[in-house]
Amino acid sequence: MDVFLGLFTGVVQEGFVYGIMALGIYVTYQVLNFPDLSVEGTFPLGSCVAGVMIAAGLNPWLACLAAFVCGAAAGGITGLLHVKLHITDLLSGILVMTALWSVNLAVTSGSAVMPFYNQPTVYTTGPAALIPDSQNSLRAVVVSFVFCLIVKVLLDLYLKTKSGLLLRAAGNNPRYVVSLGKDPGNMKILGLMLGNGLAALSGCILCQREESADIYSGTGMIVLGLAAVIVGINIFNGLKFLRSTTAVVLGAVLYRGVLVAALQMGLPTNYMKLLMAALLTVVLVAYQTMPAGRRKKHVS
Amino acid sequence: MSAEQKNQTGGSLLELRHIDKTFNSGSVSELSLFKDFNLSVARGRFVCIIGSNGSGKTTLLNLLCGGETPDAGQILLGGRDITKEPEHVRSRRIGRVFQNPAFGTCPQLTILENLSLADRKGKSYGLSRGVSGKKLDEYRSKLELLKLGLENHLDLPVANLSGGQRQALALLICTMTPIDLLILDEHTAALDPSSSENVMELTRSFVQEKHLTALMVTHNLRFALAYGDRLLMMHRGKTVLDVCDGEKEALHVRDLTERFNEISIEDGNDV
Repeated sequence: MDVFLGLFTGVVQEGFVYGIMALGIYVTYQVLNFPDLSVEGTFPLGSCVAGVMIAAGLNPWLACLAAFVCGAAAGGITGLLHVKLHITDLLSGILVMTALWSVNLAVTSGSAVMPFYNQPTVYTTGPAALIPDSQNSLRAVVVSFVFCLIVKVLLDLYLKTKSGLLLRAAGNNPRYVVSLGKDPGNMKILGLMLGNGLAALSGCILCQREESADIYSGTGMIVLGLAAVIVGINIFNGLKFLRSTTAVVLGAVLYRGVLVAALQMGLPTNYMKLLMAALLTVVLVAYQTMPAGRRKKHVS
Repeated sequence: MSAEQKNQTGGSLLELRHIDKTFNSGSVSELSLFKDFNLSVARGRFVCIIGSNGSGKTTLLNLLCGGETPDAGQILLGGRDITKEPEHVRSRRIGRVFQNPAFGTCPQLTILENLSLADRKGKSYGLSRGVSGKKLDEYRSKLELLKLGLENHLDLPVANLSGGQRQALALLICTMTPIDLLILDEHTAALDPSSSENVMELTRSFVQEKHLTALMVTHNLRFALAYGDRLLMMHRGKTVLDVCDGEKEALHVRDLTERFNEISIEDGNDV
């Protein structure tokens, strides 16, 4: 029973942290209609930035802010490549993802893994210190949940502002944004900054739980994020009272749960990414939810 | 010299001067559409533009709105040179209703959200609430003008509306903020006859009440005659007929079809 409980808290805790990244992918893929691959680079970017800062003894909360800003900057570059230099959406993401590999190594001064054991993290300082060390795993779940909740609520609020409505319009009908006297390209850049900022924040929080940053941690993040968005929206949006953002977070937790269950049933860890891809394939085929009317080029 | 230019000197809102436009320049499919094309439209005119496919109607609208840039020449709106202005900057002074009803609104957003966005046209879109409760009554009374009952469905996503409803809403949206020029790009072509009539009547009343200057491209010759006070017929990048007021009122659909046939014969029936 304890084993099961341990697994369960692990899944929920990681699910909420990956949920933050999934919310980022929700912004780029679902709201903006932009298949953004740069997330594979910005997720570990967040963790590398946090790793270096925390190892240097800086405040872990400051590290979260820095991770978000770095991720947003990288997302901004994806946007600029696409909007200003007219490189296709997929290729812009691939370029940034590839470039970030070197950037991440530069951040960690060349090491693939950047440990910072026993340094203060968001899981041990600030409000988290209210929960005693003995309740370690419960504390991790609470911290992850609160982080995810705050991000979700802020995102919900943002999507209801004028800027947020315009962002939704830019994904749904760029022509309409042009007719409102705004450049939809700028909204795309903004959305990519937001999405990748969230991915980096997610990477930053995840590595703080493990007390170690890992430049390989980005592999498979697109698949995980997309699966969360598609599973979440299709399974949970039937429940009318749930917002899409909530559904996405639940999707992340569910997807994580399925993966962990598979590992528990004896799947070797090496087959994890294969399983992730296979699961997303099943999900895609099952729902066929490529957003309708996806356009190859933005209206310039 | 066009009828318009004869009737008045100066005071024109829109002027196209010596426009050249060639497509696929330098290739085998090179098509020189406009060669020294000139057009001037006085403030307050409602101009209907007809012409066969490939006559340059849509290109003309794209040149005005910024989707295409001319190879040479100048476009002036209200005395200002807008030839090089990006599309979204021009949109602040030009409203456009497209043939496709899906283009003029944002389908995912509700009617209320669409109206709230349109209300901010040309201003900044910041972090204040997207939908303000204070404006609800104003929006309702505007929607009542459409006589489609939309005022009772403010929270309905626009995707759930019919083509005719969307087009009426698009018309309302692009005339909500002050604009210099209204562009109607075959905006009734995708609608059923009764929706078409309704949208045309709305167009007439909006143009009259707000004293708008409008350019309407249409394939419906009856509409072209029944609405507006100036008629242009285009062919291969040239204006082959340009009549105003009384002269236009004297025209019949028969006259227009005859003129179309003449052109078609000139071209060896290839139209």
